[in-house]
Amino acid sequence: MLVIGEKLSIIAKRVREAMMKRDKSPIQDIAISQWKAGAGMIDANIGPAEDGGEALMQWMITTIQEAVPLPVCLDTTNYRAIDAGLTVHNNQWGRPLINSTSNDPERFPMLELAAKYHSQIIGLTVGKGGLPADAEERAAIAAEIMARAAESGVPLEDLYLDPLVLQIATSQDHALKVVKAVRMFQELNDPPMKTVVGLSNISNGCPKHVRPIMNNYLLSLLIYEGLTAAIADPHEVSQTVKTIDVILGNTLYAHSYLEM
Amino acid sequence: MPFTPTKETYSGKIYTVAVGKDSGMITLGGENVLPFHTFDGLLPNRPVVAYEIQDSPPDDWPDEVLSPYADVVNSPVLWAKYCQDTLMAQAIALRLAGTHPDRANRSPEDAAQTVKDVLSSVDIPVIILGSNHAEKDASVLVAAAEAAKDRNCIIGKAQEANYKTIAAAAMANNHKLIAMSELDINLSKQLNILISQMGFEKERIIIDPMCSALGYGLEYTYSVMERIRLAALAQNDLTMQQPILGDVGIYVWKVKETQASETDVPQWGNLKERSVAWEAVTAVSLLLAGAELLIMRHPKSSDAVRKVIEELT
Repeated sequence: MLVIGEKLSIIAKRVREAMMKRDKSPIQDIAISQWKAGAGMIDANIGPAEDGGEALMQWMITTIQEAVPLPVCLDTTNYRAIDAGLTVHNNQWGRPLINSTSNDPERFPMLELAAKYHSQIIGLTVGKGGLPADAEERAAIAAEIMARAAESGVPLEDLYLDPLVLQIATSQDHALKVVKAVRMFQELNDPPMKTVVGLSNISNGCPKHVRPIMNNYLLSLLIYEGLTAAIADPHEVSQTVKTIDVILGNTLYAHSYLEM
Repeated sequence: MPFTPTKETYSGKIYTVAVGKDSGMITLGGENVLPFHTFDGLLPNRPVVAYEIQDSPPDDWPDEVLSPYADVVNSPVLWAKYCQDTLMAQAIALRLAGTHPDRANRSPEDAAQTVKDVLSSVDIPVIILGSNHAEKDASVLVAAAEAAKDRNCIIGKAQEANYKTIAAAAMANNHKLIAMSELDINLSKQLNILISQMGFEKERIIIDPMCSALGYGLEYTYSVMERIRLAALAQNDLTMQQPILGDVGIYVWKVKETQASETDVPQWGNLKERSVAWEAVTAVSLLLAGAELLIMRHPKSSDAVRKVIEELT
Protein backbone atom coordinates (compact mmCIF):
# COMPACT_ATOMS: atom_id res chain seq x y z
CA MET A 1 0.00 0.00 0.00
CA LEU A 2 1.17 3.48 -0.88
CA VAL A 3 1.75 5.87 2.01
CA ILE A 4 1.60 9.53 0.98
CA GLY A 5 3.49 11.47 3.64
CA GLU A 6 1.17 14.08 5.18
CA LYS A 7 3.67 16.07 7.20
CA LEU A 8 4.37 18.89 4.75
CA SER A 9 1.18 20.79 5.48
CA ILE A 10 0.70 24.50 5.91
CA ILE A 11 -1.32 23.70 9.02
CA ALA A 12 1.92 22.86 10.85
CA LYS A 13 3.59 25.99 12.22
CA ARG A 14 7.13 24.89 11.41
CA VAL A 15 6.19 24.08 7.82
CA ARG A 16 4.19 27.27 7.37
CA GLU A 17 7.10 29.40 8.57
CA ALA A 18 9.52 27.58 6.29
CA MET A 19 7.15 28.11 3.35
CA MET A 20 6.84 31.82 4.06
CA LYS A 21 10.59 32.29 4.49
CA ARG A 22 11.42 29.93 1.59
CA ASP A 23 13.67 28.08 4.01
CA LYS A 24 14.45 24.77 2.32
CA SER A 25 16.06 22.84 5.12
CA PRO A 26 13.03 22.16 7.38
CA ILE A 27 11.00 21.13 4.33
CA GLN A 28 13.71 18.81 3.10
CA ASP A 29 14.35 17.35 6.56
CA ILE A 30 10.69 16.43 6.89
CA ALA A 31 10.56 15.03 3.34
CA ILE A 32 13.64 12.86 3.96
CA SER A 33 12.33 11.66 7.28
CA GLN A 34 9.01 10.61 5.70
CA TRP A 35 10.77 8.93 2.77
CA LYS A 36 12.99 6.91 5.12
CA ALA A 37 9.95 5.86 7.14
CA GLY A 38 8.37 4.37 4.03
CA ALA A 39 6.48 7.14 2.25
CA GLY A 40 6.18 6.50 -1.49
CA MET A 41 4.94 9.99 -2.24
CA ILE A 42 5.01 13.34 -0.43
CA ASP A 43 1.91 15.48 0.02
CA ALA A 44 2.56 19.20 -0.39
CA ASN A 45 -0.35 20.99 1.23
CA ILE A 46 -0.09 24.73 0.67
CA GLY A 47 -3.69 25.51 1.64
CA PRO A 48 -5.84 27.76 -0.57
CA ALA A 49 -2.77 29.93 -1.30
CA GLU A 50 -4.72 32.73 -2.89
CA ASP A 51 -1.67 34.94 -3.36
CA GLY A 52 1.52 33.60 -4.87
CA GLY A 53 0.28 30.01 -4.89
CA GLU A 54 1.99 29.27 -8.20
CA ALA A 55 5.44 30.24 -7.00
CA LEU A 56 4.92 28.52 -3.65
CA MET A 57 3.83 25.20 -5.17
CA GLN A 58 6.73 25.26 -7.62
CA TRP A 59 9.16 26.00 -4.82
CA MET A 60 7.70 23.19 -2.68
CA ILE A 61 7.92 20.60 -5.43
CA THR A 62 11.45 21.53 -6.39
CA THR A 63 12.55 21.66 -2.78
CA ILE A 64 11.04 18.25 -2.00
CA GLN A 65 12.37 16.55 -5.12
CA GLU A 66 15.86 17.92 -4.57
CA ALA A 67 15.90 15.93 -1.34
CA VAL A 68 13.96 12.73 -2.04
CA PRO A 69 13.43 10.58 -5.15
CA LEU A 70 9.65 10.60 -4.84
CA PRO A 71 6.67 12.05 -6.69
CA VAL A 72 4.59 14.79 -5.06
CA CYS A 73 0.90 15.00 -4.26
CA LEU A 74 -0.14 18.58 -5.05
CA ASP A 75 -2.59 19.53 -2.35
CA THR A 76 -4.41 22.83 -2.81
CA THR A 77 -7.72 24.17 -4.06
CA ASN A 78 -5.82 26.70 -6.17
CA TYR A 79 -6.05 25.64 -9.81
CA ARG A 80 -3.27 27.94 -10.96
CA ALA A 81 -0.92 26.68 -8.27
CA ILE A 82 -1.43 23.09 -9.42
CA ASP A 83 -0.98 24.09 -13.07
CA ALA A 84 2.28 25.82 -12.23
CA GLY A 85 3.43 23.00 -9.95
CA LEU A 86 2.94 20.33 -12.58
CA THR A 87 5.25 22.16 -14.99
CA VAL A 88 8.21 21.67 -12.62
CA HIS A 89 7.38 18.22 -11.24
CA ASN A 90 10.13 15.68 -11.95
CA ASN A 91 8.36 12.59 -13.28
CA GLN A 92 11.58 10.58 -13.12
CA TRP A 93 10.56 9.58 -9.58
CA GLY A 94 6.99 8.71 -10.49
CA ARG A 95 3.93 10.57 -11.68
CA PRO A 96 2.38 13.36 -9.63
CA LEU A 97 -1.02 13.20 -7.94
CA ILE A 98 -3.47 16.12 -7.92
CA ASN A 99 -5.36 16.56 -4.66
CA SER A 100 -8.16 16.89 -5.74
CA THR A 101 -11.23 17.01 -7.96
CA SER A 102 -14.74 16.33 -6.63
CA ASN A 103 -18.38 16.70 -7.57
CA ASP A 104 -18.18 20.40 -6.86
CA PRO A 105 -18.20 22.24 -10.23
CA GLU A 106 -15.41 24.47 -8.95
CA ARG A 107 -13.17 21.40 -8.82
CA PHE A 108 -14.01 20.05 -12.29
CA PRO A 109 -11.16 21.89 -14.04
CA MET A 110 -8.63 19.89 -12.02
CA LEU A 111 -9.40 16.99 -14.36
CA GLU A 112 -8.24 19.08 -17.32
CA LEU A 113 -4.91 19.53 -15.57
CA ALA A 114 -4.63 15.80 -14.99
CA ALA A 115 -5.24 15.17 -18.68
CA LYS A 116 -2.92 17.98 -19.78
CA TYR A 117 0.02 16.84 -17.65
CA HIS A 118 -0.73 13.09 -17.66
CA SER A 119 -0.99 13.33 -13.88
CA GLN A 120 -2.88 11.11 -11.47
CA ILE A 121 -5.72 12.70 -9.55
CA ILE A 122 -7.77 12.18 -6.39
CA GLY A 123 -11.55 12.25 -6.76
CA LEU A 124 -13.08 13.30 -3.47
CA THR A 125 -16.64 11.95 -3.30
CA VAL A 126 -18.34 15.08 -2.09
CA GLY A 127 -20.51 17.51 -4.00
CA LYS A 128 -21.45 21.08 -3.47
CA GLY A 129 -24.49 20.10 -1.44
CA GLY A 130 -22.67 18.95 1.67
CA LEU A 131 -21.37 15.68 3.00
CA PRO A 132 -22.47 12.32 1.55
CA ALA A 133 -24.92 10.52 3.80
CA ASP A 134 -23.65 6.97 3.38
CA ALA A 135 -21.51 4.60 1.33
CA GLU A 136 -24.07 4.37 -1.44
CA GLU A 137 -24.14 8.12 -1.92
CA ARG A 138 -20.35 8.16 -1.99
CA ALA A 139 -20.38 5.48 -4.68
CA ALA A 140 -22.96 7.41 -6.73
CA ILE A 141 -20.76 10.51 -6.61
CA ALA A 142 -17.75 8.36 -7.48
CA ALA A 143 -19.54 7.15 -10.60
CA GLU A 144 -20.19 10.74 -11.66
CA ILE A 145 -16.54 11.67 -11.13
CA MET A 146 -15.48 8.62 -13.12
CA ALA A 147 -17.73 9.58 -16.03
CA ARG A 148 -16.35 13.11 -15.96
CA ALA A 149 -12.78 11.81 -15.83
CA ALA A 150 -13.39 9.64 -18.87
CA GLU A 151 -14.86 12.63 -20.76
CA SER A 152 -11.85 14.73 -19.82
CA GLY A 153 -9.43 12.13 -21.11
CA VAL A 154 -8.18 10.95 -17.71
CA PRO A 155 -7.78 7.15 -17.67
CA LEU A 156 -9.67 5.53 -14.80
CA GLU A 157 -6.48 3.88 -13.54
CA ASP A 158 -5.16 7.38 -12.84
CA LEU A 159 -8.11 8.24 -10.63
CA TYR A 160 -7.95 7.60 -6.86
CA LEU A 161 -11.39 7.71 -5.26
CA ASP A 162 -11.49 9.26 -1.77
CA PRO A 163 -14.54 8.47 0.41
CA LEU A 164 -13.78 11.39 2.75
CA VAL A 165 -12.90 10.19 6.22
CA LEU A 166 -14.78 12.17 8.87
CA GLN A 167 -14.01 12.74 12.52
CA ILE A 168 -14.92 9.87 14.78
CA ALA A 169 -15.61 12.32 17.59
CA THR A 170 -18.40 14.06 15.70
CA SER A 171 -19.49 11.57 13.02
CA GLN A 172 -19.01 8.14 14.48
CA ASP A 173 -21.43 6.40 12.13
CA HIS A 174 -19.40 7.51 9.11
CA ALA A 175 -16.34 5.43 9.98
CA LEU A 176 -17.96 2.19 8.89
CA LYS A 177 -19.55 3.90 5.87
CA VAL A 178 -16.07 4.89 4.72
CA VAL A 179 -14.85 1.31 5.08
CA LYS A 180 -17.82 0.10 3.06
CA ALA A 181 -17.30 2.81 0.43
CA VAL A 182 -13.71 1.67 -0.16
CA ARG A 183 -15.08 -1.78 -0.93
CA MET A 184 -17.84 -0.41 -3.18
CA PHE A 185 -15.52 1.93 -5.12
CA GLN A 186 -13.46 -0.99 -6.29
CA GLU A 187 -16.52 -2.69 -7.71
CA LEU A 188 -17.23 0.28 -9.97
CA ASN A 189 -14.71 -0.85 -12.54
CA ASP A 190 -12.64 -3.80 -13.71
CA PRO A 191 -9.73 -3.58 -12.99
CA PRO A 192 -10.85 -2.23 -9.59
CA MET A 193 -10.75 1.52 -8.99
CA LYS A 194 -7.90 2.86 -6.89
CA THR A 195 -8.77 4.32 -3.51
CA VAL A 196 -7.19 6.79 -1.12
CA VAL A 197 -8.05 8.29 2.26
CA GLY A 198 -6.89 11.23 4.32
CA LEU A 199 -6.41 8.91 7.26
CA SER A 200 -5.73 11.13 10.23
CA ASN A 201 -8.98 13.03 9.85
CA ILE A 202 -10.63 10.15 11.69
CA SER A 203 -8.90 11.19 14.90
CA ASN A 204 -9.09 14.92 14.42
CA GLY A 205 -10.40 16.29 17.69
CA CYS A 206 -9.45 13.21 19.71
CA PRO A 207 -7.03 13.38 22.64
CA LYS A 208 -3.43 13.26 21.46
CA HIS A 209 -2.66 9.79 22.81
CA VAL A 210 -5.73 8.33 21.09
CA ARG A 211 -4.89 9.65 17.64
CA PRO A 212 -2.26 7.13 16.48
CA ILE A 213 -4.35 4.26 17.86
CA MET A 214 -7.46 5.38 16.02
CA ASN A 215 -5.51 6.03 12.80
CA ASN A 216 -3.79 2.65 12.77
CA TYR A 217 -6.84 0.53 13.54
CA LEU A 218 -8.91 2.26 10.90
CA LEU A 219 -6.07 1.82 8.44
CA SER A 220 -5.87 -1.93 9.04
CA LEU A 221 -9.59 -2.28 8.28
CA LEU A 222 -9.19 -0.20 5.12
CA ILE A 223 -6.17 -2.14 3.88
CA TYR A 224 -8.11 -5.34 4.38
CA GLU A 225 -10.83 -3.90 2.16
CA GLY A 226 -8.26 -3.19 -0.54
CA LEU A 227 -7.25 0.44 0.02
CA THR A 228 -4.60 1.56 -2.50
CA ALA A 229 -3.14 4.60 -0.74
CA ALA A 230 -3.37 6.66 2.43
CA ILE A 231 -2.29 10.19 3.14
CA ALA A 232 -0.78 9.61 6.56
CA ASP A 233 2.27 9.94 8.77
CA PRO A 234 4.57 7.11 7.62
CA HIS A 235 6.29 7.03 11.02
CA GLU A 236 2.96 6.38 12.65
CA VAL A 237 1.53 3.78 10.25
CA SER A 238 4.51 1.85 8.88
CA GLN A 239 4.17 -0.99 11.42
CA THR A 240 0.52 -1.44 10.52
CA VAL A 241 1.23 -1.42 6.80
CA LYS A 242 4.02 -3.98 7.14
CA THR A 243 2.10 -6.20 9.53
CA ILE A 244 -1.08 -6.25 7.47
CA ASP A 245 1.04 -7.02 4.41
CA VAL A 246 2.42 -10.05 6.23
CA ILE A 247 -1.02 -11.16 7.46
CA LEU A 248 -2.46 -10.83 3.97
CA GLY A 249 0.45 -12.83 2.53
CA ASN A 250 1.79 -9.98 0.41
CA THR A 251 5.20 -10.20 2.03
CA LEU A 252 7.04 -13.18 3.38
CA TYR A 253 7.28 -13.24 7.17
CA ALA A 254 10.66 -13.06 8.94
CA HIS A 255 11.27 -12.19 12.60
CA SER A 256 12.78 -8.86 11.54
CA TYR A 257 10.06 -7.95 9.06
CA LEU A 258 9.38 -4.66 10.82
CA GLU A 259 12.95 -3.55 10.20
CA MET A 260 12.73 -4.01 6.46
CA MET B 1 -6.02 -15.33 -35.77
CA PRO B 2 -2.43 -16.07 -34.84
CA PHE B 3 -1.81 -17.70 -31.50
CA THR B 4 0.10 -15.52 -29.04
CA PRO B 5 1.33 -17.38 -25.99
CA THR B 6 0.79 -15.58 -22.71
CA LYS B 7 3.96 -14.37 -21.02
CA GLU B 8 4.35 -14.45 -17.27
CA THR B 9 6.17 -11.34 -16.16
CA TYR B 10 7.50 -10.66 -12.70
CA SER B 11 8.40 -7.50 -10.84
CA GLY B 12 11.45 -9.06 -9.18
CA LYS B 13 14.80 -10.21 -10.50
CA ILE B 14 17.57 -12.42 -9.13
CA TYR B 15 20.80 -10.65 -8.20
CA THR B 16 23.73 -11.22 -10.52
CA VAL B 17 26.64 -12.67 -8.57
CA ALA B 18 30.07 -12.97 -10.15
CA VAL B 19 32.52 -15.40 -8.58
CA GLY B 20 36.21 -15.99 -9.19
CA LYS B 21 38.84 -14.01 -11.03
CA ASP B 22 39.81 -13.16 -14.59
CA SER B 23 39.26 -15.86 -17.20
CA GLY B 24 37.83 -18.31 -14.69
CA MET B 25 35.09 -15.98 -13.51
CA ILE B 26 31.54 -17.31 -13.55
CA THR B 27 28.28 -15.45 -13.10
CA LEU B 28 25.20 -16.71 -11.31
CA GLY B 29 21.64 -15.39 -11.37
CA GLY B 30 20.34 -12.37 -13.25
CA GLU B 31 17.10 -13.98 -14.39
CA ASN B 32 13.61 -12.51 -14.03
CA VAL B 33 11.73 -15.73 -14.74
CA LEU B 34 11.11 -19.08 -13.12
CA PRO B 35 13.77 -21.76 -13.74
CA PHE B 36 14.36 -22.37 -17.46
CA HIS B 37 11.29 -20.32 -18.46
CA THR B 38 13.32 -18.68 -21.20
CA PHE B 39 10.10 -18.09 -23.15
CA ASP B 40 8.94 -15.62 -20.46
CA GLY B 41 12.00 -13.42 -20.08
CA LEU B 42 15.68 -13.20 -19.30
CA LEU B 43 17.89 -16.08 -18.25
CA PRO B 44 21.31 -14.58 -18.87
CA ASN B 45 23.38 -17.13 -16.93
CA ARG B 46 23.22 -20.88 -16.82
CA PRO B 47 23.20 -22.74 -13.53
CA VAL B 48 26.64 -24.02 -12.55
CA VAL B 49 27.81 -27.38 -11.25
CA ALA B 50 30.71 -27.17 -8.78
CA TYR B 51 32.70 -30.36 -8.22
CA GLU B 52 33.28 -31.20 -4.59
CA ILE B 53 36.78 -31.94 -3.34
CA GLN B 54 37.99 -32.33 0.24
CA ASP B 55 41.03 -31.27 2.22
CA SER B 56 41.75 -34.78 3.44
CA PRO B 57 40.84 -38.16 1.96
CA PRO B 58 37.13 -38.73 2.60
CA ASP B 59 36.39 -41.65 4.89
CA ASP B 60 32.65 -41.60 4.33
CA TRP B 61 32.36 -41.62 0.52
CA PRO B 62 31.08 -44.93 -0.89
CA ASP B 63 33.37 -46.65 -3.39
CA GLU B 64 31.11 -45.74 -6.28
CA VAL B 65 31.91 -42.06 -5.89
CA LEU B 66 35.42 -42.36 -4.46
CA SER B 67 36.84 -44.62 -7.17
CA PRO B 68 36.77 -42.01 -9.99
CA TYR B 69 39.07 -39.91 -7.81
CA ALA B 70 41.22 -42.79 -6.46
CA ASP B 71 44.46 -41.31 -7.81
CA VAL B 72 43.93 -37.81 -6.47
CA VAL B 73 42.09 -38.00 -3.14
CA ASN B 74 45.30 -37.77 -1.16
CA SER B 75 46.09 -34.37 -2.56
CA PRO B 76 43.55 -31.56 -2.68
CA VAL B 77 45.77 -29.82 -5.24
CA LEU B 78 45.83 -32.79 -7.63
CA TRP B 79 42.15 -33.35 -7.02
CA ALA B 80 41.34 -29.73 -7.88
CA LYS B 81 43.48 -29.85 -11.02
CA TYR B 82 41.87 -33.10 -12.07
CA CYS B 83 38.40 -31.51 -11.80
CA GLN B 84 39.50 -28.43 -13.71
CA ASP B 85 41.66 -30.00 -16.41
CA THR B 86 40.20 -33.47 -16.97
CA LEU B 87 36.57 -33.11 -15.92
CA MET B 88 36.39 -29.54 -17.27
CA ALA B 89 34.68 -28.28 -14.12
CA GLN B 90 33.49 -24.65 -14.13
CA ALA B 91 33.93 -24.43 -10.36
CA ILE B 92 35.23 -26.39 -7.39
CA ALA B 93 33.81 -26.71 -3.91
CA LEU B 94 36.61 -27.34 -1.41
CA ARG B 95 35.03 -28.83 1.69
CA LEU B 96 37.33 -28.59 4.70
CA ALA B 97 35.83 -31.74 6.16
CA GLY B 98 39.12 -32.66 7.85
CA THR B 99 38.73 -29.76 10.25
CA HIS B 100 35.74 -31.38 11.98
CA PRO B 101 36.56 -32.27 15.60
CA ASP B 102 35.29 -35.81 14.98
CA ARG B 103 37.46 -36.20 11.88
CA ALA B 104 41.09 -35.18 11.63
CA ASN B 105 40.38 -32.01 13.62
CA ARG B 106 42.76 -30.05 11.39
CA SER B 107 43.64 -26.60 12.62
CA PRO B 108 42.44 -23.38 10.96
CA GLU B 109 46.07 -22.72 9.97
CA ASP B 110 46.34 -26.09 8.20
CA ALA B 111 43.05 -25.47 6.48
CA ALA B 112 44.22 -22.04 5.37
CA GLN B 113 47.33 -23.60 3.84
CA THR B 114 45.20 -26.07 1.89
CA VAL B 115 43.07 -23.20 0.62
CA LYS B 116 46.19 -21.35 -0.55
CA ASP B 117 47.57 -24.44 -2.26
CA VAL B 118 44.34 -25.18 -4.08
CA LEU B 119 43.81 -21.58 -5.13
CA SER B 120 47.28 -21.35 -6.58
CA SER B 121 46.77 -24.48 -8.67
CA VAL B 122 43.45 -23.67 -10.41
CA ASP B 123 41.94 -20.73 -12.28
CA ILE B 124 38.28 -21.65 -11.87
CA PRO B 125 36.29 -20.23 -8.94
CA VAL B 126 36.49 -22.00 -5.61
CA ILE B 127 33.72 -22.38 -3.05
CA ILE B 128 35.24 -22.84 0.39
CA LEU B 129 33.11 -24.83 2.80
CA GLY B 130 33.66 -25.66 6.45
CA SER B 131 32.89 -28.99 8.04
CA ASN B 132 29.42 -27.89 9.12
CA HIS B 133 30.48 -27.72 12.76
CA ALA B 134 29.12 -24.29 13.67
CA GLU B 135 31.74 -23.52 16.31
CA LYS B 136 34.79 -24.86 14.49
CA ASP B 137 33.68 -23.35 11.19
CA ALA B 138 33.74 -19.90 12.76
CA SER B 139 37.54 -20.14 13.22
CA VAL B 140 38.31 -22.28 10.16
CA LEU B 141 36.38 -20.11 7.73
CA VAL B 142 37.90 -16.90 9.08
CA ALA B 143 41.39 -18.29 8.41
CA ALA B 144 40.28 -19.65 5.03
CA ALA B 145 38.71 -16.33 4.01
CA GLU B 146 41.95 -14.51 4.83
CA ALA B 147 44.04 -17.07 2.94
CA ALA B 148 41.80 -16.55 -0.09
CA LYS B 149 41.75 -12.75 0.20
CA ASP B 150 40.61 -10.98 -2.98
CA ARG B 151 40.11 -14.22 -4.93
CA ASN B 152 36.37 -13.55 -4.92
CA CYS B 153 35.45 -16.99 -3.57
CA ILE B 154 32.20 -18.14 -2.03
CA ILE B 155 32.65 -18.82 1.69
CA GLY B 156 30.23 -20.90 3.72
CA LYS B 157 28.25 -21.80 5.39
CA ALA B 158 27.11 -19.00 7.66
CA GLN B 159 24.35 -20.18 9.95
CA GLU B 160 22.35 -18.56 12.71
CA ALA B 161 24.91 -19.68 15.29
CA ASN B 162 28.02 -18.33 13.57
CA TYR B 163 27.02 -15.89 10.84
CA LYS B 164 28.53 -12.82 12.49
CA THR B 165 32.11 -14.06 12.45
CA ILE B 166 31.92 -15.69 9.04
CA ALA B 167 30.10 -12.80 7.38
CA ALA B 168 32.65 -10.36 8.81
CA ALA B 169 35.50 -12.47 7.41
CA ALA B 170 33.85 -12.74 4.00
CA MET B 171 33.25 -8.99 4.00
CA ALA B 172 36.81 -8.10 5.01
CA ASN B 173 38.33 -10.35 2.35
CA ASN B 174 35.94 -9.62 -0.52
CA HIS B 175 34.16 -12.92 -0.80
CA LYS B 176 30.60 -14.00 -1.41
CA LEU B 177 28.80 -15.78 1.41
CA ILE B 178 26.53 -18.80 1.71
CA ALA B 179 23.72 -18.22 4.21
CA MET B 180 22.29 -21.53 5.35
CA SER B 181 19.12 -22.08 7.32
CA GLU B 182 17.39 -25.33 8.07
CA LEU B 183 14.54 -25.93 5.63
CA ASP B 184 12.48 -22.96 6.68
CA ILE B 185 11.72 -20.13 4.32
CA ASN B 186 11.05 -17.60 7.07
CA LEU B 187 14.32 -18.39 8.84
CA SER B 188 16.11 -18.13 5.51
CA LYS B 189 14.74 -14.64 5.02
CA GLN B 190 15.56 -13.76 8.62
CA LEU B 191 19.20 -14.84 8.24
CA ASN B 192 19.54 -12.78 5.07
CA ILE B 193 18.17 -9.77 6.94
CA LEU B 194 20.52 -10.30 9.91
CA ILE B 195 23.54 -10.66 7.63
CA SER B 196 22.66 -7.57 5.62
CA GLN B 197 22.07 -5.61 8.83
CA MET B 198 25.76 -6.21 9.62
CA GLY B 199 26.60 -4.20 6.53
CA PHE B 200 27.19 -7.22 4.31
CA GLU B 201 25.63 -6.47 0.94
CA LYS B 202 22.63 -8.68 0.30
CA GLU B 203 23.69 -8.88 -3.35
CA ARG B 204 26.75 -10.92 -2.24
CA ILE B 205 24.81 -13.67 -0.49
CA ILE B 206 24.01 -17.15 -1.83
CA ILE B 207 20.99 -18.81 -0.21
CA ASP B 208 21.31 -22.40 0.98
CA PRO B 209 17.89 -23.47 2.25
CA MET B 210 19.45 -26.86 3.16
CA CYS B 211 19.49 -29.76 0.79
CA SER B 212 18.21 -33.31 1.00
CA ALA B 213 18.37 -36.39 -1.20
CA LEU B 214 15.70 -37.98 -3.34
CA GLY B 215 13.60 -40.13 -1.05
CA TYR B 216 14.83 -38.34 2.05
CA GLY B 217 12.83 -35.13 2.17
CA LEU B 218 13.76 -33.72 -1.22
CA GLU B 219 10.21 -32.38 -1.54
CA TYR B 220 10.81 -30.10 1.47
CA THR B 221 13.92 -28.60 -0.10
CA TYR B 222 12.11 -28.34 -3.41
CA SER B 223 9.17 -26.54 -1.87
CA VAL B 224 11.29 -24.09 0.12
CA MET B 225 13.40 -23.24 -2.94
CA GLU B 226 10.31 -22.78 -5.06
CA ARG B 227 8.70 -20.46 -2.51
CA ILE B 228 11.91 -18.45 -2.12
CA ARG B 229 11.97 -17.95 -5.86
CA LEU B 230 8.32 -16.93 -5.99
CA ALA B 231 8.85 -14.43 -3.15
CA ALA B 232 11.80 -13.03 -5.11
CA LEU B 233 10.05 -12.75 -8.45
CA ALA B 234 6.32 -12.37 -7.78
CA GLN B 235 6.51 -10.40 -4.50
CA ASN B 236 9.71 -8.60 -5.43
CA ASP B 237 11.10 -9.43 -1.98
CA LEU B 238 14.51 -7.73 -1.94
CA THR B 239 15.78 -9.98 0.85
CA MET B 240 15.15 -13.20 -1.12
CA GLN B 241 16.56 -12.38 -4.55
CA GLN B 242 19.89 -14.17 -4.21
CA PRO B 243 20.96 -17.20 -6.24
CA ILE B 244 20.19 -20.50 -4.51
CA LEU B 245 22.66 -23.29 -3.73
CA GLY B 246 21.89 -26.99 -3.78
CA ASP B 247 24.59 -28.85 -1.83
CA VAL B 248 23.62 -32.14 -3.39
CA GLY B 249 26.47 -34.65 -3.17
CA ILE B 250 26.88 -34.70 0.58
CA TYR B 251 23.24 -35.71 1.05
CA VAL B 252 22.98 -38.17 -1.82
CA TRP B 253 26.10 -40.19 -1.12
CA LYS B 254 25.09 -41.20 2.35
CA VAL B 255 21.71 -42.77 1.59
CA LYS B 256 21.40 -46.53 1.17
CA GLU B 257 20.25 -46.25 -2.46
CA THR B 258 23.74 -45.05 -3.42
CA GLN B 259 25.45 -47.79 -1.43
CA ALA B 260 23.49 -51.06 -1.29
CA SER B 261 24.79 -53.61 -3.77
CA GLU B 262 22.64 -55.39 -6.30
CA THR B 263 23.39 -58.65 -4.50
CA ASP B 264 21.81 -57.28 -1.31
CA VAL B 265 18.83 -55.61 -2.99
CA PRO B 266 18.34 -57.23 -6.40
CA GLN B 267 15.11 -55.35 -7.16
CA TRP B 268 16.99 -52.03 -7.05
CA GLY B 269 19.18 -52.96 -9.99
CA ASN B 270 22.73 -52.04 -10.84
CA LEU B 271 24.45 -49.93 -8.16
CA LYS B 272 26.69 -48.01 -10.56
CA GLU B 273 23.79 -46.73 -12.61
CA ARG B 274 21.46 -46.33 -9.67
CA SER B 275 23.81 -44.24 -7.55
CA VAL B 276 24.77 -41.91 -10.39
CA ALA B 277 21.10 -41.54 -11.32
CA TRP B 278 20.24 -40.80 -7.68
CA GLU B 279 22.58 -37.83 -7.59
CA ALA B 280 21.58 -36.61 -11.05
CA VAL B 281 17.84 -36.80 -10.36
CA THR B 282 18.21 -35.02 -7.02
CA ALA B 283 20.27 -32.29 -8.68
CA VAL B 284 17.95 -31.77 -11.65
CA SER B 285 14.93 -31.58 -9.34
CA LEU B 286 16.58 -28.73 -7.47
CA LEU B 287 17.45 -26.96 -10.70
CA LEU B 288 13.77 -27.02 -11.55
CA ALA B 289 12.94 -25.65 -8.09
CA GLY B 290 15.30 -22.70 -8.57
CA ALA B 291 18.89 -23.65 -7.69
CA GLU B 292 21.58 -21.82 -9.71
CA LEU B 293 24.57 -23.48 -8.09
CA LEU B 294 24.96 -27.18 -7.37
CA ILE B 295 27.70 -28.93 -5.46
CA MET B 296 28.05 -32.48 -6.77
CA ARG B 297 30.40 -35.40 -6.41
CA HIS B 298 30.27 -38.02 -9.15
CA PRO B 299 31.76 -37.02 -12.53
CA LYS B 300 29.09 -38.94 -14.43
CA SER B 301 26.09 -37.46 -12.65
CA SER B 302 27.68 -34.02 -12.90
CA ASP B 303 28.09 -34.54 -16.63
CA ALA B 304 24.49 -35.65 -16.99
CA VAL B 305 23.24 -32.58 -15.12
CA ARG B 306 25.39 -30.25 -17.21
CA LYS B 307 23.86 -31.76 -20.33
CA VAL B 308 20.36 -31.16 -18.99
CA ILE B 309 21.30 -27.53 -18.28
CA GLU B 310 22.59 -27.12 -21.82
CA GLU B 311 19.48 -28.61 -23.32
CA LEU B 312 17.10 -26.51 -21.24
CA THR B 313 18.80 -23.15 -21.84
